[in-house]
Amino acid sequence: MGGIQDRSQFQVTAEAIRDAVVDAGLTTADIDGFASYSNDANEANLMQVALGVPELRVASMVWGGGGGGSCGAVALACSAIESGRADVVVAYRGLCQGQGKRFGRHGAGRVNGNFVDPFGLMAPPQMLAMAVQRFMHLYPITEEHLAEVALNARANANRNPRAVMHERRMTREDYLASRWIAEPLRLFDCCLETDGAAAVVITTRERARDLRAAPVDILSAAQGSGPGWGSGALSGHNMPDADYASTNGRGVAREVFDAAGLTPDQIDVAQIYDHFSGMVLMALEDFGFCGRGESGAFVESGALRWSGGRLPINTSGGQLSEAYVHGMNLIVEGVRQMRGSSTSQVEDAKTCLVTGGLGVAPTSALILGRD
Amino acid sequence: MAYFSEAMPRPEPTMDDRPFWSGCAERRLTFQHCADCDEARHPPTPICPSCRSTSVEWREVPGTATVYTYTVIHYAAHPATEERLPYVVAAVTFEGVDGVRLVTNITDCDPGSIRIGMPVELWWDDIGDGMHLPRFTPSGSAG
Repeated sequence: MGGIQDRSQFQVTAEAIRDAVVDAGLTTADIDGFASYSNDANEANLMQVALGVPELRVASMVWGGGGGGSCGAVALACSAIESGRADVVVAYRGLCQGQGKRFGRHGAGRVNGNFVDPFGLMAPPQMLAMAVQRFMHLYPITEEHLAEVALNARANANRNPRAVMHERRMTREDYLASRWIAEPLRLFDCCLETDGAAAVVITTRERARDLRAAPVDILSAAQGSGPGWGSGALSGHNMPDADYASTNGRGVAREVFDAAGLTPDQIDVAQIYDHFSGMVLMALEDFGFCGRGESGAFVESGALRWSGGRLPINTSGGQLSEAYVHGMNLIVEGVRQMRGSSTSQVEDAKTCLVTGGLGVAPTSALILGRD
Repeated sequence: MAYFSEAMPRPEPTMDDRPFWSGCAERRLTFQHCADCDEARHPPTPICPSCRSTSVEWREVPGTATVYTYTVIHYAAHPATEERLPYVVAAVTFEGVDGVRLVTNITDCDPGSIRIGMPVELWWDDIGDGMHLPRFTPSGSAG
């Protein structure tokens, strides 16, 4: 097994939280809330002890398979702070797959697992390949378009020294030569399996203004699911026909744009949950950056590319090429873009959309901004 | 010989889905329908999402289905699938049974010949201990 072997997943996660709090100009004694998502193994009550948090006022998780709840955890933190239940909430995720569960393998106990396991549909790349296949059947989406998502992520990772794939170049030919995982997904359509942790500190604007780090505004954050999704593509496969080849993010998209008072053309940069390349294309449509079925043409135009593209995405390399931390690293990269410190910095970026895990239920999203 | 090896996970019927598997044991493919409004639903749920009735009937469906989507799987997420690689998993629909997709396998064909919209025929895979699983093969093939 590769990955982190000298420290436990819990320790790596605790260190990420400590570092995020210090970065903000606070101490761990200032924390009074923790928010996470979908069966986080790093329990908030233990984290309280580990980090010396004197009084915990909020400790909660949102649902959402895999990373579906990443932005939902931030939305939960915002609710807790706005309602006065807490003042400084940390949303976090730590994953050391070599020490525990590997998400690319069969996991026992899946919801409705009876209807997929005995048929060999056992892991997310296989499950979401079904949705991507239907998507490519309905619309003019080709392997070239999937490739563009993967190549964009790798090009951004090549500029990011922290990215796992920082020194590994990828050409179109490399992409096409990579082995099949579950058609239409190749190896390079799938996120990395990595060990790591990430954390985001959320507090009031008033408090943030007095801190060392330049504050980043959460303009909106939402979590939700369309009708009939149930376990969605992760096992049930009985969401409505109109939604089958979708991210399940259309409702969440409406929520975050309405709440922020923005439209898609006012978004400068985006971090779109890239567990699988095809889901990113669906998200470009579901979040309104292009019309239904037009994501192929959109990415073909170079829209995703840094710099100069209409909508640079996944500027750290994303989960395809930076690291897979259930989307928490995408939120951290969104913060970097708003602070002007990304290695693929979008010039004068003032807004950043971030999504949670896609094609799962519930999913989530948020919009970051700065003055 | 079952389609997958003996080490393959088997259905472990729950209180909610047991009638589906009881049907399969008898080589009958049945789906949960609301006894009051006739709506079909799958996977099983305890209450009808349309009329909130808890009365259910398990109705058998025809053995011909249509491929809604599929994937050709090339890696073993579980060791029991290793010897079958590459294999096809599909979601199939049944005429006259709106709102139901079944995840299953399309067998006995070249994976490259599978198309969305193609008709497939049910066959029952005997996985031992009295259980059968519904799998499909392209219509018109020898099976």
